[in-house]
Parts: sequence; C-alpha cells; structure tokens
Amino acid sequence: MYPTREEFYAALVERHGAERQAKFQAAKVAICGLGGLGSNIAVMLARAGVGELFLLDFDQVDMSNLNRQQYFVEQLGMLKTEALPETLARINPYCKVSPRTLKITEGDIPGLFDGVDVVCEAFDKPEAKAMLVQGVLENYPNTPLVSGVGMAGLDSANLIRTRRVGRTLYLCGDGVSEVADGLPLISSRVAVCAAHEANMVLRLLAGEREA
Amino acid sequence: MVTINGEKLPLDGANLLDWLTAHGYDPRRIAVERNEEIVPKAEYGETVLKDGDVVEIVNFVGGG
Repeated sequence: MYPTREEFYAALVERHGAERQAKFQAAKVAICGLGGLGSNIAVMLARAGVGELFLLDFDQVDMSNLNRQQYFVEQLGMLKTEALPETLARINPYCKVSPRTLKITEGDIPGLFDGVDVVCEAFDKPEAKAMLVQGVLENYPNTPLVSGVGMAGLDSANLIRTRRVGRTLYLCGDGVSEVADGLPLISSRVAVCAAHEANMVLRLLAGEREA
Repeated sequence: MVTINGEKLPLDGANLLDWLTAHGYDPRRIAVERNEEIVPKAEYGETVLKDGDVVEIVNFVGGG
C-alpha cells in the first residue's frame, strides 16, 4: 500500500497536531552542506513533513562518509545532491526537494536564499562556516540561521547545546571541539548536533524564537 | 566598558581588527555581532568600540 498525499499528511497531523503541521508543510528550509550534519538534518526535517528542502552541496559520496552520513554503500561516487533526494523520497515522497550542486562562495549568497524561511549551516570547514554565516547575516538580516559549531570527538553529548546569538543566529554544538585538533567525527555526536539544528529549525517554524 | 562574549572589559580605543588580532582570532574563521548587528568583515579596521557596546565573537571550528 502506497499512501496518497492526503493519507501521508493525515498521519503527520495525527502525530504533530494540525496547526503545527500546517506550519511545517508551508515552510522552505535551506541546508548548506550535506555531510554529517546536513544529511541528518534533511532526514529529520523530511520525516517531520517540512514542505520544501533546498539542498546545497558540491561533493560526492565517499567511503569516509559512511560512518556518520545518511548515505548507502550503493550510492558511493554519486553526487550528494543526487543521492540524498533518493533517500528523502523514500522517507517522505511529498516533501519537495530542490537540490543544487554548488560550492557556495561569498558572491553566490545575495539572492540564493530568497523565499527561504530558515537557513541551516552544515559545512565542515571553519572558513566556509564563517563565510556563510557572515553572508547570510549581511544579506538576510531577518532570516533565522542555524549553525553547527563543535561536535568532533567522543566527549559527553551533554556539552552540545543550542544558544541564540543576536536576533537571528542560533549556534548548536559544544563551541570548541575541532577536527583540526585530531578529533574524529563520530556518528552519535554529530547526530546529536544535527538533531539540535533540526530541532531549532522546527521550533522556529512553529513560531518559537528562543533557543 | 564593553562586553565581549559576556565578559566586561575596559574600553581601550583599539579598532576591532586590532583587538581581534591581539586576542588571537583569525578573521577568516569568525563572525562578529555588535549590538545584535553583524559587522561586515571589510569594516573591522574602521570599527571602534564604544562605551556600552555588546560584542559577540563567534569562533567557528571544523567538523560537520
């Protein structure tokens, strides 16, 4: 039995409530980077019934990704912007998925997020994270932005938290643990951080502004 | 006094770029908000902190 759109959303409404589900369904969320953070965030938001996901990445699925990212062995070598939409379609066939294969630079940002309700920063490199956050805050001062900062290693998951900085920026992570210090990226801790980001996105869509 | 990442510090007249450099920040890895507004990177050198300013320096680390 394959559910119709109406049946699929009726099941979500039953779980989440009609008012909240309507807000999720009307929303467009951008996810920048489809690695350990972004692929997990996308899966969680598709399951929650977010209406549209705008997915940005430039990379291919690699063996080194499989320890923490939402890809499968048979997807090795595929562009992440091709592989992840396949998976999301199996989770929620009625989520509109808009992939874009792009390595975002500063000059791409004006215009890129027009019509987007929340932007997720889910990059790997600190310079890329800083560039995106800077660019979104400058060009989209009223668009909430959720960023992942510090989830490497196997320290306590309790150190990972969400905090709000200024009006529109939300930081998820422990703030300090860094890959450059030789720390590995481990499925559970990266997923905790991704869940913080996804949870903040859903809270924002539901109208909650506090971290 | 200015408040930087929650810590009250005396005003020393330095511009933001000099302050960041003196405190070991790499301008390519941070974002700075002053009084809840983003400070454009190109303006760090001409941004002089004023009494009562509240500054948040977000230092990005690798991993995702």
